[in-house]
Amino acid sequence: MFSGLMLNAWESASIVAVVAGVVGFFIVLRGSAFAAHALPNGAFAGAAGASLIGVDAIVGLAVFSVLGALTIAGLGRRARHDVATALVIVVMLGLGSLFLSMTTEYAPEIYSLLFGEVLGVSSSELLPIALIGLVCIAAIFVVYRPLMFSSVMPDVAAARGVRSGAMEVAFLLVVALTTTMAVPVVGALLIFSLLISPAAAARSFTSKPFTAMGLSALIALGTVWSAIALSFLSNLPIGFFVGSIGAGTYAAGRGWVAWRRNREASPRHSGQALRSGAAG
Amino acid sequence: MLGFLSPLFEPGFFSNAPVQTALLVGGIVAVVSGIVGTFTVMRGQSFAGHSLADIGTAGGSASFLLGISPLFGFVAMNLMAAGVMEWIGIRRPRGRDLGAALGLAALLLYLDTTASSTTGATINVLFGSIFTLPSSLVPVIAIFSVVAAGVVLAMYRPLLLSSVSSDLATAQGVRVRLVGIGYLGALAVAVSLSAVTIGAILSTALLIGPAATALRITNRTGRAAVIASAIGVVATWLGVLLAYDSYYWFPSRGGWPVSFFVVTLVFLLYLVSQIRFGRGSRVQRAGVAAQAG
Repeated sequence: MFSGLMLNAWESASIVAVVAGVVGFFIVLRGSAFAAHALPNGAFAGAAGASLIGVDAIVGLAVFSVLGALTIAGLGRRARHDVATALVIVVMLGLGSLFLSMTTEYAPEIYSLLFGEVLGVSSSELLPIALIGLVCIAAIFVVYRPLMFSSVMPDVAAARGVRSGAMEVAFLLVVALTTTMAVPVVGALLIFSLLISPAAAARSFTSKPFTAMGLSALIALGTVWSAIALSFLSNLPIGFFVGSIGAGTYAAGRGWVAWRRNREASPRHSGQALRSGAAG
Repeated sequence: MLGFLSPLFEPGFFSNAPVQTALLVGGIVAVVSGIVGTFTVMRGQSFAGHSLADIGTAGGSASFLLGISPLFGFVAMNLMAAGVMEWIGIRRPRGRDLGAALGLAALLLYLDTTASSTTGATINVLFGSIFTLPSSLVPVIAIFSVVAAGVVLAMYRPLLLSSVSSDLATAQGVRVRLVGIGYLGALAVAVSLSAVTIGAILSTALLIGPAATALRITNRTGRAAVIASAIGVVATWLGVLLAYDSYYWFPSRGGWPVSFFVVTLVFLLYLVSQIRFGRGSRVQRAGVAAQAG
């Protein structure tokens, strides 16, 4: 379970989990789950294009995810964000279907990017994964204060001179980098689960940003580790365990919130819940 | 009389049965997507619309196992998913994102258990295959279309009011929650329909692209729905035509995919409307302001 190939799997998955936990915290905070879904899926189309012209898949992943991030940010300035994201993902997937229709030889290798190959990570791939992961986390910490500010209170941040457009671009670029790093390891579908579930669960347990971020990374690590171990023991796919553990932790978070609300129940609280229920 | 058009249409375009079915089904789906999509864009539920297309895949594969038509599996799965989204997203407006997100996680869960080897079925549902539709499916598709469009049209006024301002609608005595659930149900049916026939990519493209373009062109919702349907139909038919023609294009391995053409057309139209009507309609500006605030 801890030998040779498996060691690479443990290491690469751990790196991906920590980065996903940290970046995911801001994705949940900013409500940009759709972009976190669109970029990995669109990047998958880039990998198909890369194999068509015969370059390394990771180049295609990087080019498409960065272009996608810039387009979402650019179009999102003048229209609703979710519309821009929806259009970007369909255009990238449309291109992907064109690329896939032209190339037939390497199709299985491309499809593996949808589901990831955590057991297929070679030692030479570990270094780039670690480097990109470091860059992502460093970037988050460099822009931490303005990013936090513009995520939580966009109006006040803008009044204080934080450029929310620039923050959006910077953040989406970090998501794009995370995508590039994570898709070959865990796949376009799984990385989304890893970005959202741990961070959403962590936010239910604490409202302190640093604690939530750390907790999110820890939950992501726990999820990935137990998923690999369970999959090793049971021979079921890793994605199944990541998905169900993610849903489980989120449900636990919701349960925790409901339990605390019950304990502190007061007329004011329930009135608020009713009102926002009607508005949503 | 139409001889001058012959360079445009490769021989046999109109007499080809799969093409006829594709044009018919594509047209129906585009009209329904235009009507439903106008409200999807106004309500900011693009993500819900997109993830339903993906989630329904799980229902589609389940119905293969049960031996019933995938369309019914799609609809059942999506109605369930829409219910869960409504339930999770009820507390705060932003939570809806999360609801959609976790629904997607559920899809993954299912996909991985049933198709641990990456079979072509998943890919087929994702990218769709409009040319392989059996013509026996047309009546079923028509019925579901009428249901989805009918629900939206039946509650047109309260839906419009609650999409523009839920506070105002509440003050007017509209049961916003109920309207929201009804709308999500219509969205679920419409998306199942388009995803199972033309694929998840095209489903989202036809739901969001034409509607967003139409809302750029006009402020009036009814007119926008009509324009969106028209754009969708034109893009789909042109896409089918181009895909048919492309059979002899480079690299001559059996034609370019329909989804590529339709998506490109929809996106180009959206870009043009961005430039031409750059200021944006009031609805969209209000949407952007509401989102920023």
